[in-house]
Amino acid sequence: MNQAVIIPLLLPLLAAIALLLTRRRLTLHARRALNLAAVVAELAAVLWLLGQVAGDGILVYQVGNWPAPYGISLVADRLAVWMLLITALLACCALLYAVQGTDSGSRHFHPLFQLQLFGLNGAFLTGDIFNLFVFFEVLLLASYGLLLHGGGRERVRAGLHFVVLNLAGSTLFLFAVGTLYAILGTLNMADLALQVRDIAPGDVGVLRAAGLLLFTVFALKAALVPLYLWLPAAYAGTSAPVAALFAIMTKVGAYAILRAETLIFGDDAGPLAHLVEPVLLPLALLTMVVAALGVLSARGLRRQTAYLVVLSVGTLLTAFALGTQAGIAAGLYYLPHSTFAAAALFLLADVIARGRGALRDRLDPGPVVPAAPLVGGLFFLLAVLIAGLPPLSGFLGKWMLLRAALELPETPWVFSVVLSVGLLTIIALARSGSLLFYRAGGAVWGGYLLLPSVEPANADGQDTCVLDSEPGTATLTATADAAAPRCPDWSRLAPVLGLAGFCLALVAAAGPVTDFTAATADAVLHPERYIQAVLGGSGES
Amino acid sequence: MEALLAGIIASLTGCGVYLVLRAYTFPVVLGLTLLSYAVNLFLFATGRLTVGQPAVISASASGYADPLPQALVLTAIVIAFGMTAFVIMLALKARAELGTDHVDGHREDERGQGA
Repeated sequence: MNQAVIIPLLLPLLAAIALLLTRRRLTLHARRALNLAAVVAELAAVLWLLGQVAGDGILVYQVGNWPAPYGISLVADRLAVWMLLITALLACCALLYAVQGTDSGSRHFHPLFQLQLFGLNGAFLTGDIFNLFVFFEVLLLASYGLLLHGGGRERVRAGLHFVVLNLAGSTLFLFAVGTLYAILGTLNMADLALQVRDIAPGDVGVLRAAGLLLFTVFALKAALVPLYLWLPAAYAGTSAPVAALFAIMTKVGAYAILRAETLIFGDDAGPLAHLVEPVLLPLALLTMVVAALGVLSARGLRRQTAYLVVLSVGTLLTAFALGTQAGIAAGLYYLPHSTFAAAALFLLADVIARGRGALRDRLDPGPVVPAAPLVGGLFFLLAVLIAGLPPLSGFLGKWMLLRAALELPETPWVFSVVLSVGLLTIIALARSGSLLFYRAGGAVWGGYLLLPSVEPANADGQDTCVLDSEPGTATLTATADAAAPRCPDWSRLAPVLGLAGFCLALVAAAGPVTDFTAATADAVLHPERYIQAVLGGSGES
Repeated sequence: MEALLAGIIASLTGCGVYLVLRAYTFPVVLGLTLLSYAVNLFLFATGRLTVGQPAVISASASGYADPLPQALVLTAIVIAFGMTAFVIMLALKARAELGTDHVDGHREDERGQGA
C-alpha cells in the first residue's frame, strides 16, 4: 500500500529513460504519445494518492526498507499530494501546448520534461533534507536544458545567469545541510524537528545561521526580493510551454519554506521557533511591491507575466508568513490558482505573439491578432483571474488572505500592500489589453504582415507544424487580405482553456477545496502526526 | 588539524566568492568550482575529524569515522562535477552566441576601456 508513494517518482523517471533511449528510434509522434501517456498516468496516480491521504492519512515509504532516521523516507501527506496534483495538472497542459511544435527542435525535450517532473515530484515527496537537495539538483538540471531549448541569444544570456545563480544556491544549500547534520546528527526532516527541540544553548547560534542559510536558498528558488532578479529574463526568454511549466518552480521554493518553517522550526523548536518569521513578511510584501512595479514597467507581455509570477510568490509568502491556520489555508488555495493563471497567461502570450508578426508580444499597437474576440476574451478572463477581481478564484484567494490578516497586528501593512498592488495589477493588465486588442488597427506593419502560419491548424496536422517562437521562421505574407480573421488556433488554445478551466473549477468547488486546504494547514501547523508517521510508523508499513 | 582545515575551507570559500563576483564567465566558473571544493571539505568535516578510523564495522576498530558525510560528499562531488561540465559548455555557448565572455553579454567596445 505505502509503496504507492514512490509511483509519482518512478513513472517520470522510467518515462524519461524510455524517451531518452528511443529518441532516435521512434517518430516524434510516437514519443509525444508516450510522453502524454506518462503524464496522464502520473495524474491518475496522484489522484489516487489524493484519495488515500484526503481522509487524514499520511503515507510513508521507507526506501529500501531502512528504518526511518537512517534511510530515506518518502512522505505523502496532504501538503505534498496537493503540490503533486498541481504539478501534474500543469504538466498536462504545458505538454499539450509543447506538442504543437515547441518540442520539435531537439530530441531531448521530452526526456527533459519528464526529468523535470521527476525532480519536482521528488522535492515534494521527500522527507529527507539531503534528498531534497538532490531532487532540487535534478529539477534544476532538467530546467537548464528546458530553459535553453531552442537556443538564441536571449535564452543563453538569461540561462547563464539562471545556472550560475542556482549553482551558487546549491553550494549554500550544502553548507546549510552540512551544518544541520554537524549539530543535530540527522538529515531526516521529522527527526530534525525532534532534535531541534532539545538543542544545547551553545549551538543555537550556529543552528540559527544554518536555518537562515537554508531560508536564503529557498528564497532564491522562490524568487523573493532581493533574489528575484534572475526570474524575469529567464521566464520571458524561454519557450512558452517551458515558462508555463516553470510557474510551479517558484512554488517549490515557497513549499520548502513552508515545510521547513513549520516542521523543523515550528512552534516546538524552543529558541529557534519561527526562525524566519520576522523577515519573511516584510520580504514578501516588498516582493509584491517590486513585482508590481515590474508588471507596470514591462514592455512585453511575456516579461509582464514573469513579473506576475514574482507577484504571486510575494502574495503566497505573505499568506504563509502570517503563520496562522487561516493564512496558510488561504495560501494553499491561492497557490494552484496563481500557478494555473500565470501558466495560462504565458501560453496565451505566445498565441498572441504568433498572431502579431514581428511585433511578437511587445506592448505596442499592432495588427489585429487572429480570432481576436476569442483571444481577447481569454486575455480578459485571465487578467480578471490574476488581478483578483470578483467573482473568480484570485479574488477568493486574496479575500481569504485578507480575512486571515485581520486578526493580526500586521493588518495595516498587509491590507495596504495587497490592495494597492492589486490596483496596480489591474491598471497594468488593462493597459496591456487595450494596447494589444483595442488599439490594434491597420493590419500593416512595415509594409508586410508577418504571419506565423496561414493554414488553419488542425488536430492531426501537428507534426508538420515546426514553427517555434523564432520570428525568422515565420513566412512573409502580403498584407492584402491575408489579415482577414482566420479560425482560432484551437489546438493551441485548448491548453489555455484547460488551465483557465482549472481556475474556474477552483471557484466552483471552492467549498470542498477550502475545506481541504484548511485541514492541510492544520496538519502543517501540527506536525506531530507527520513526525509520528515517519519515525514511529516503520513497524506498520 | 581543525584550525588547518577551517583555514583551508575559509580561503577556498573566500577565493570562490571573489571569483564568482567577477564579470567574466571563466573566473565565475573557477569560482563555482572552488566553492564546490570548499563545500565538499566542509561536508567531510561535519562528521568530525578522525584519523585512520574505519567507516564500516570491524572487530579490531578502536573507533569509527562517521560514514554518512562520506556518502554525502560522494553525492555532492558527482553533482558538482556534472554541473561544472554543464556550466563550462554553457559558457562556451554564450561566448559563441553573444560574441563575448562577459556575463551580461556586454561587448568590449561597449565597456569604455577595453580589457
